[in-house]
Amino acid sequence: MDINQTLSSYSDWCYGIAVGAYVVAMLFYLYEQAFGYRRRVAVGKRELVSVGAPGSESTDETPAEETVLERNNRAERIGKLAVSLTVFGVMLHVAALALRGLATHRAPWGNMYEFGAVLCLVAVGTWLVVLRKYPVRHLGVWVLLPVVVLMFLGGVLLYTTAAPVQPALQSYWLVIHVFTIASGSGILLVPGVVSILYLLKVRRPAWATRLPAADVLDQVAYRATVFAFPIYTAGVIFGAIWAEESWGRFWGWDPKETVAFVAWVVYAAYLHSRATAGWRGGRAAIINIVGMAAMIFNLFFINLVTAGLHSYAGV
Amino acid sequence: MTALLRNTWRGLTSMRTALVLLFLLALAALPGALLPQRSLNPQKVDDYIASHGWWGRLLDRLEFYNVYGSVWFSAVYLLLFISLVGCLLPRSLEYAKAARGKPVITPRNLARLPHHHETTVDATPEEVMATARQRLRGWRLQEREEEDGARSVSAERGYLRETGNLVFHFAMLGLIIALAIGKMYQYEGQVIVLANGSQFCNSGTLSYDTFRPGLRVDGTDLDPFCVKVDDFTASFLPTGQADYYRADIEYQSGEDLATNTWRPYKLEVNSPLRTAGDRVYLLSHGYAPVFTVTFPDGKKRMHTTQWRPVNQMTYLSEGATKFDPPGVTDPTQRRQRQLAITGLFAPTAVMQGDLLGSAFPDMRDPAVAIDVLKGDLGNESGRGQSIYEVNQEMVDSGRLKRVARENMRPGDQITLDDGTKISFDGVRQWVYLQVSHDPAQVWVLVFAVLIVLGLGTSLVIKRRRLWVRAVPADGGTVLLLGGLARTDQAGYGEEFGRVTEDLLDELAPEREHADAVTGRET
Repeated sequence: MDINQTLSSYSDWCYGIAVGAYVVAMLFYLYEQAFGYRRRVAVGKRELVSVGAPGSESTDETPAEETVLERNNRAERIGKLAVSLTVFGVMLHVAALALRGLATHRAPWGNMYEFGAVLCLVAVGTWLVVLRKYPVRHLGVWVLLPVVVLMFLGGVLLYTTAAPVQPALQSYWLVIHVFTIASGSGILLVPGVVSILYLLKVRRPAWATRLPAADVLDQVAYRATVFAFPIYTAGVIFGAIWAEESWGRFWGWDPKETVAFVAWVVYAAYLHSRATAGWRGGRAAIINIVGMAAMIFNLFFINLVTAGLHSYAGV
Repeated sequence: MTALLRNTWRGLTSMRTALVLLFLLALAALPGALLPQRSLNPQKVDDYIASHGWWGRLLDRLEFYNVYGSVWFSAVYLLLFISLVGCLLPRSLEYAKAARGKPVITPRNLARLPHHHETTVDATPEEVMATARQRLRGWRLQEREEEDGARSVSAERGYLRETGNLVFHFAMLGLIIALAIGKMYQYEGQVIVLANGSQFCNSGTLSYDTFRPGLRVDGTDLDPFCVKVDDFTASFLPTGQADYYRADIEYQSGEDLATNTWRPYKLEVNSPLRTAGDRVYLLSHGYAPVFTVTFPDGKKRMHTTQWRPVNQMTYLSEGATKFDPPGVTDPTQRRQRQLAITGLFAPTAVMQGDLLGSAFPDMRDPAVAIDVLKGDLGNESGRGQSIYEVNQEMVDSGRLKRVARENMRPGDQITLDDGTKISFDGVRQWVYLQVSHDPAQVWVLVFAVLIVLGLGTSLVIKRRRLWVRAVPADGGTVLLLGGLARTDQAGYGEEFGRVTEDLLDELAPEREHADAVTGRET
């Protein structure tokens, strides 16, 4: 089937604007992180009251506290603006993928550029979910940073013109396997970044006064990992099922398979480490970071440097 | 001695050891992704060793080119296997015990739990208990009378977490065992078949070009079936990228063999033929030029030999089509008059100066650039030789001489000095098929599914406890609630808050919302 060039170029524009929106959102998050620090004192008090008594917020705040709020309202507003911008970016991001899918008449994750785009979308989406549950909004800059870097590298170095995929990829397993893997990897990006922040908070508290409490970071990392791990596991198994159908064996220690296995074992170790005395906290965080490193290694080094069965169409 | 054994066993089955072994497993698997592996590409391994000197040879001796069959990799996963068994046995016993157990007694001081709440309600302790029972349906409950007239209920929920966890780990064991059984009884063979109605039968290892048996397979007892390749179609996009490959085949297995019934099948990438417990895959394809040699005595020989692609993008191919002179019984005579046609084939010819190149993988304008060699092909040397090449030793020693060099298109014919005529008649396609057999792979799949289900269950469900105590007091009942998540506190506070709200809504509907529910998360 023919490639629709118009839709394809609309997709490229959406991708570009989405990256732009993320960059601006990053700046706003950064502003909130830099100037919104003292606000958290006041917010902390408000939360204490509001847990049991919704609707009775402005009871007995002293004038002193009000000035604190006054001063930081701006940062708060900027932070909210950053979230809106992130949502706007996500919408364009989704549009970019949808348009590419429409332009090529296939699932829009058939090469590395598209895979990276899906992975980043899931990562940002995960972050938006985390934001709803934990007071960590101002950390957005640290999550968007790797996303923006990945999307920039993807858009500049790995960009692939919209095209059909080769016979080996023409399978419904492309939809299932690649999407699950991209989702798992995308979600796992968040705990990786948060674990770095956790380490910073625990090992260098003086540098990390503006980060949330260590146990909040630990919880975000743990819950996101626990959510992503079964998805990633299923993704690897879907890959094995597809490999059986396409390559004649379900597991053959192809470099991509091998590193996927290594990353899986590392995340399994992370989960075990949290139940092992002496490994909780810092060491567990390090394992999580190693897991993320393995995923990134698998994405870039294995695809671009090693020749394996997962190399398609150059990238 | 027993102490040593016991300590070794304890050490091996501890979580800390499991953790270290997991790291070792990850570390041990990694070289396989970075170094060439014999199982994937033996040629690359040889090149790597050749270009890395003593270092390459050392790695070879340490089994780094066969990581997943190496002693050290096997040692790590065997230890992990033992550690897993050692961890699972006591846990299963404990699980069986817990399945019949009752929720633990209510702690004296509920206010010390991570989640707790205290309030006074008008209802009697009995009413409080009844409401709690109602709200905590689905929890495992144990009601108790306490000394001072108070009553309490202990509730526990989330036993499925441990079930899922055990399912996951046992499925892991099952998967490893299924893999091992697969390694014993599997086989895998590759064969090239011309797509002109040629047949291939899974009758023995000799039918294959390459054959890799499992440890318990000797190749005498393969599942019988036959495949006939009638046609092959490759379709390409204008860019040269493949759109689809399809081999039109017919096959027979089981009773069809006796009745000689052929069933059609369209063999494509991602759509293997599954028959007789085996799978047949279309791995790749290529071209086979057809040459006819008319010898001076008028006898004709036509050969269609597969040539191998040297460029996967353009399908420029190389090969050697070899002829024995017909009717020559004297070996010495024969060895002076053997012929080989060797050179390049291009499906879409472009001339780059004098050199033949190919511009497109599809057959738009096929041509060959050939050398005709005459003399001794070296077939009797006792050594096997490649079907794609002539024996270079024979060329170097002058026993095989070039007698012609020509570029030809289908229909072209050349005549050698001795009157031998060689014509390039056309081109056939060949397909490279793989036959795979693994009786245990369905079990691998079953265990893999159980792994995901067990994992999901164990990570989503929380094992948690909740206690309600009703202490009679003046004009009502003091209601105390406490909650504890046994595995991970994350998120339990929300549920505790909900249960508390529901109970209070029921027992004290007109209460003020001001008494906060403390759901601190740790």
